[in-house]
Amino acid sequence: MSIISVRNLVAEYGGRRVLDGLNLDVEPGETMVLLGGSGAGKTTLLRNLLGLERPQSGSVVVKGVDFTRCSPTELKRVRRSIGVSFQSAALFNSLTVEDNVALALREHTSLAPSIIELDVWMKLAAVGLADCGKLYPQELSGGMRKRASVARALALDPEILVFDEPSAGLDPIVAAELDELILLLKEAFQMTVVVVTHELPSAFRIADRIAMLYKGSFLAVGRKEEIRVSQDPHIRQFLDRVPDIVKPAHLVESFFEKYLSSPEVTQ
Amino acid sequence: MAKLIESVGRNTLKRLDYVGGLSIGLWAAVRALGTTLPVTGNRYRWKASIVQMLEIGVEAIPMVGLMAMCCGFILALQGASELRRVGALSLVIPLVAIGFTREIGPLLTAIAVSGRSGSAISAEIGTMVVTEEIDTLKVMAFEPIEFVVAPKLLGALIAVPCLTVVCNVCGIFAGWIFMFFSTHLGLKLYVHEVLESLVLRDVVSGLIKSIAFAAIIVLVGCLEGFQVRGGPEAVGRSTTAAVVKSTFLVIVADMFFTAIFYFTGKH
Repeated sequence: MSIISVRNLVAEYGGRRVLDGLNLDVEPGETMVLLGGSGAGKTTLLRNLLGLERPQSGSVVVKGVDFTRCSPTELKRVRRSIGVSFQSAALFNSLTVEDNVALALREHTSLAPSIIELDVWMKLAAVGLADCGKLYPQELSGGMRKRASVARALALDPEILVFDEPSAGLDPIVAAELDELILLLKEAFQMTVVVVTHELPSAFRIADRIAMLYKGSFLAVGRKEEIRVSQDPHIRQFLDRVPDIVKPAHLVESFFEKYLSSPEVTQ
Repeated sequence: MAKLIESVGRNTLKRLDYVGGLSIGLWAAVRALGTTLPVTGNRYRWKASIVQMLEIGVEAIPMVGLMAMCCGFILALQGASELRRVGALSLVIPLVAIGFTREIGPLLTAIAVSGRSGSAISAEIGTMVVTEEIDTLKVMAFEPIEFVVAPKLLGALIAVPCLTVVCNVCGIFAGWIFMFFSTHLGLKLYVHEVLESLVLRDVVSGLIKSIAFAAIIVLVGCLEGFQVRGGPEAVGRSTTAAVVKSTFLVIVADMFFTAIFYFTGKH
């Protein structure tokens, strides 16, 4: 049985349809990458998967609980088994890195402080920040902040780990390190991983399956090898990095000529 | 003409909508208030509430105290210039005492708190919305109202009345400074006169007002913060709106409370 299952998901913003009848199944233990360009609806889909937004219609079932119908208590219960690393890392700036990771453990479990301390240290060590626990988020670099947010997402040993644009704003080396970290964590903790990204190298490195999102619907959902050799024109355009509209050079030239001879410039 | 009526109607509905939002916020925050109480509640919320009490109350003491001294002195001067002509200079004492406990103390404190803390609250929450920290709280299975709003509300409900008492004492003390320089009145006699002119009802009605003002300031600040959409400039706008709207609502509420106390009082 799939751990996340999306059926006929429709989401609208002010009458504009952002997601148009999506269907998706994520199996336990696999890495699903949601790939798509800007404005394809990736973030909206992610917010629906986390129950942060209610869709117009359709259902999002995570671990057997339908987020679109369940009670707030049930939603909270399921959310404890989901770890999320947001695009902006979203660490609490008033807390140290350690406290950021410990927050959920302190409040959602009745573990002894010494156990929590040990657990936090282990999670930080897993992401390579073992000696940065006492620092505040603003004292960390972008890559370290991302890793700290991964450690926080791991705090309650989630079954599902969700990443929103893990490599956004990071240099290629740090981004690659983060990819390796995701692979390592998946291997070590046997988690289901959902990654939203538009970075091709990263997507093909970490994915088991890729769901290609285009203008609110899936062009293809399949193993990464299948996606790589797909002949769908939109997928090819995305993979081969072809711009949408290419204006011939002479058109641009004539535009500038016209502008330079216009009255507002010549006066 | 039709346009005018239309815009009046639309604006009225917008205001009513806002007050409705505030009431819903109040209800949600009051329900979450239980978690902030010591012993029975969550000790992390109680700690956060104490931090809020210090920030809203203790840190405002120098500013509110100085403002109250100035206002007390102004009130005494203005009152004396008229009362001296009818030979009733001694009435300056009840004027300052009653004026402060019933009206100026709560109002002055509320305006100071709205400027200091109302803006800070909306900026803090607005920034949390922009940096996805509120979303993070939700996916970590926390209730943002309980986590962010409730400690601020409890903090303000306790700190603002205390601050009002400080304000009253400082204002009345400034009245003595004036009386000392104009009539060489001793402090002991002045205090005696003040206590003579006050009844418990004056003090209690002022404190009830200040509790209501505290709730208004916190709720408006939080509501404006949560309504932030977009980037940093939206946070700036929300901060301005929080101060303007909470000051306005405090004065409106003051009028209603004063009217209630006036009509229910003995004449």
